[in-house]
Amino acid sequence: MKHKAMSAAIVAGAVATAVAGLSATAPAHAQAKEKCYGVSLKGQNDCKAGAGTTCAGTSTVDYQGNAWTLVPKGTCVSMELPDNRKGSLTELDRDLPEA
Amino acid sequence: MQSEMPVADFPPKVSVGDFSAALWDPDAETPEGLIGPDGAIAPKRFSVYRNNVIVSLCDALGQTFPAVTNLLGEDYFRALARAFVAEHPPSTPVLMWYGDMFADFIESFPPLQAYPYVPDVARLEWAWVSAYHAADATPLDPAAIGAVSPDEVGQVRFERHPAAAVLVSRWPVWDLVRINRFDPSAKIEIDLHEPQSVLITRPEFEVEVLLLRPGGDVFVNALMDGATLGGAAAAAGAQVPEFSLSDVLSDCLANGVFSDLRTA
Repeated sequence: MKHKAMSAAIVAGAVATAVAGLSATAPAHAQAKEKCYGVSLKGQNDCKAGAGTTCAGTSTVDYQGNAWTLVPKGTCVSMELPDNRKGSLTELDRDLPEA
Repeated sequence: MQSEMPVADFPPKVSVGDFSAALWDPDAETPEGLIGPDGAIAPKRFSVYRNNVIVSLCDALGQTFPAVTNLLGEDYFRALARAFVAEHPPSTPVLMWYGDMFADFIESFPPLQAYPYVPDVARLEWAWVSAYHAADATPLDPAAIGAVSPDEVGQVRFERHPAAAVLVSRWPVWDLVRINRFDPSAKIEIDLHEPQSVLITRPEFEVEVLLLRPGGDVFVNALMDGATLGGAAAAAGAQVPEFSLSDVLSDCLANGVFSDLRTA
């Protein structure tokens, strides 16, 4: 197959366009998510990992401390929840289902 | 109830091989040595166990392939899954990895020959699970390639992100999966003559499924095979005249196709 040579200048120009376009629209991490524990209503926790790992929607208590949901990055620990609860990036001991 | 079984009869005197062989053959006799509390061979208990194994594997397939389930209908899917399970016992004890052969099985399943797009729908769903469970890695910062000098940028090679994959299809697989799984209410006119190639990535926690622009499949596959940026762009441009390097590269950088680059 005959490949048209693509000049270095064309490649460099395209790269510059692509990179400039990305920084112009939104910072790459504007839509980044983080796992946030203790903030989801019962039955609405995330975890859609497929077969054998079906834990999505299994939390049984509102704001269950060991169930997480994906939230926009940076918002987890500052989220306002009833009764002075806060979200956490790690598992919490509060609001666990009765054993 | 305290078992009156003599200690010598437990664990059952049945080899793993005999147990496993009987598990996969519904007509097989209950292996000798597999006994109930009364000391007699327990065929009913074994049948329940055997059925649970098959059903749990069918359920696992249904969870991994919801778009295929939607396309074929629940009843057909269950029957298809049973046929698959009978021929393909799990090769790993990890249930989430069950079904890697399912797309190939569908492709060679005679009753589905009139629906040749279904195997690629299954391949895309398998790619989704694979991306979900791939190793975590930080995507390449677009600024890193912006920082390479114009003279050298054509010689750049990329490191594939562990979750990134390309599915090349003759069928509108992206539309089919969107309407049957991710976006059921979308108003999409499916054109079965439209080939669609799809990019699957997981830059952070969530799997992204993206329609590749013209030539994008050639370009990304070449880069994943170790071609230079200039080489991959030339190959894509030669095969697909509408290929736009800046647009496709932008999609790649925004969706975490690469984890690193090297200029040497």
